[in-house]
Amino acid sequence: MATIFTPSPLFERVERARRRKHKLRDEYITLAHGSGGKAMHELVEGLFLEYLRNPMLELLEDQAVFDVGNGNGAARLAFTTDSYVVTPIFFPGGDIGKLAVHGTVNDIAMSGARPLYLSAGFILEEGFPIADLKRVLESMRDAAAEAGVAVVTGDTKVVEKGTADKIFINTSGIGLIETPVKLSAANARPGDKVILSGTIGDHGTTIMIARGELELETEIESDSAPLHSLVQEMLDEAARVSTVEAIHCLRDPTRGGVATTLNEIALTSEVCIQISEDRIPVREEVHGACEILGLDPLYVANEGKLVAIVAPEVAEALVARMRQHRHGLKACIIGEVKEDPRGIVAMVTGFGGTRIVDMLAGEQLPRIC
Amino acid sequence: MKYIDEYRQGDIAARLAEQIAALTDRPLKLMEVCGGHTHSIFKYGIEDLLPPNIEMIHGPGCPVCVIPLGRVDDSMSIAQTPGVIFTTFGDAMRVPGSKTSLLGAKAAGADVRMVYSPLDALKIAKKNPDRDVVFFALGFETTAPSTAMTLLQAAKDDVPNFTVFCNHIMIVPALKALLDSPDLKLDGFVGPGHVSTVIGTRPYDFVPNEYGKPVVVAGFEPLDVLQSVYMLVKQIVEGRAEIENQYARVVFRDGNRRALEAIFEVFEPREYFEWRGLGSIAHSGMKLNAKYSRFDAELKFSVPGLRIADPKACQCGEILKGVKKPWECKVFGTACTPETPIGSCMVSSEGACAAYYNFGRLSKVAERSTGHTG
Repeated sequence: MATIFTPSPLFERVERARRRKHKLRDEYITLAHGSGGKAMHELVEGLFLEYLRNPMLELLEDQAVFDVGNGNGAARLAFTTDSYVVTPIFFPGGDIGKLAVHGTVNDIAMSGARPLYLSAGFILEEGFPIADLKRVLESMRDAAAEAGVAVVTGDTKVVEKGTADKIFINTSGIGLIETPVKLSAANARPGDKVILSGTIGDHGTTIMIARGELELETEIESDSAPLHSLVQEMLDEAARVSTVEAIHCLRDPTRGGVATTLNEIALTSEVCIQISEDRIPVREEVHGACEILGLDPLYVANEGKLVAIVAPEVAEALVARMRQHRHGLKACIIGEVKEDPRGIVAMVTGFGGTRIVDMLAGEQLPRIC
Repeated sequence: MKYIDEYRQGDIAARLAEQIAALTDRPLKLMEVCGGHTHSIFKYGIEDLLPPNIEMIHGPGCPVCVIPLGRVDDSMSIAQTPGVIFTTFGDAMRVPGSKTSLLGAKAAGADVRMVYSPLDALKIAKKNPDRDVVFFALGFETTAPSTAMTLLQAAKDDVPNFTVFCNHIMIVPALKALLDSPDLKLDGFVGPGHVSTVIGTRPYDFVPNEYGKPVVVAGFEPLDVLQSVYMLVKQIVEGRAEIENQYARVVFRDGNRRALEAIFEVFEPREYFEWRGLGSIAHSGMKLNAKYSRFDAELKFSVPGLRIADPKACQCGEILKGVKKPWECKVFGTACTPETPIGSCMVSSEGACAAYYNFGRLSKVAERSTGHTG
């Protein structure tokens, strides 16, 4: 077969450019800075981290993990925060309230923790209908009950009409890690398997269509769901077959999709992640909508899916167990971790070729969550 | 998915690839003119399937890539005019002008909105009668009919606050310019698919007749591209130079009469239009004709209209002509990346450089990881 890229200094050059320290050159914030792709990484690593750096933040995980107390009484906690600005606020399969609970519950769950308590901060636009606020709160209540968490503190601000869009919600969450699990985007090792818990792109496509700009009609629903119980079952299964430490990394691929999440892991762990296109489950309607819109489902947001990097000896058992859980019915192994070339996500296409799956450079869909 | 998966079957691809390899081991350079083909080639890894003697050259058919810096600056000057709502397709947002992009102009306060169709821009104009709504029209004959239809609608509904900043271009003059270029060495063309649905295959007759090069008009699914390469190589091996139509399911010899009528109704050729990298090409651009001049943004707003030279380091021109490979450009992948593009070939996913940067570097991966080696 053709080898068009004979090894040349050029590729070293590109790899160096990819790995160099993020630097923020822009003069203004653009929507690309919120997209979950490269521009956001530049903002976070080139600016936020420069000013707020500390050993815990520096890890750039989706949550901070730390010990409280000492000796036998010590507890390992996970702490996270997230803001929700999705538009429209109501969409098939959920709304901003449900998302605000699930998103934060999932960020806690990805550390292996059991979510305990949430805070909720509301920024409301003058003129926002109380009836809509009630609907949002109702679904927050139901989502919290389902996830077994309580909203224990909160805050409300109202701003003049036009200075916010209807309602923005921030939630923070705290959870308890009860096993010796050590999850990190830096833990992927050559030989590990990559597990995906189900179909990709459902949430982002739903939002896109719910905006009504495209006049498409489908029955796609957001996949918004709490994943903590799925994670607990995975930890149980790993402990049963081997040890919980056989699960190396868990991430929920929200903004930027599975492609961005895998890139983060490949770069942080300095490994190559290789996936197979024909193993990645995509719903027919999502596939169709993405074809029409020119989107790649790999880059479209999910709100009820996880990616797990696990030791090969537990992979099959984990997938089997996940498939018994209602949020993991279509779980499967989509690829594996290789040593080289480091920091790269490569995909064998369904067509038989290969390509690199890079991080998203520009803005795809603003305000998706 | 029906009507899609049929064109993406790996086993058929493998058989086709074998047949291509069996045709000849002569080194051949084939150009896919259209950016959509470039995108498909990289997205599906088609080059992995081709024998090593067949080299694909990625041509100038990405409209975002060939728009010159000066025109991008003009678009920003219109967008920054107080009271203007500037509408554009998504991939034009990030095209760098000499100072910033539309995305940057938006962040700095201009009202720039992404639309999926020029008709959406017209809708925005009707909803905002007190604002000037401008549509940034870009593209070959593929998108020109939708701009034309929108203008017909705007005239019918008499929408006074709607104008079009027209940058539509034509494929045939560009092909001629390429073929006349002395440093070009090509054996055949994978002809544009979408453009040909509009203009048909007849306009390409000059390529075999005057230049003796074969053309196969191709579809965009990976099997379409592969089959077209097969047809092209077969022509070359058999010593033929003809127009063949692989995309016969949508492309007809005479094109789409209604779309062409709409184009002729509202546009006329410009005397010259500048192409990034290729320079000024006679009768290659379209502008609104006198009958529709009230919708011409260039007449309504003062645009600087400056010609701005491409950055020195950037070699987009050589790359568009297929004379240089993206990685032979000094700034490729270092100063010029998809996040901070210097040249326009790095902006759109259909641009040759972005395609190499995003999807390329692959054989290296293939060799080391998958065993798909050459």
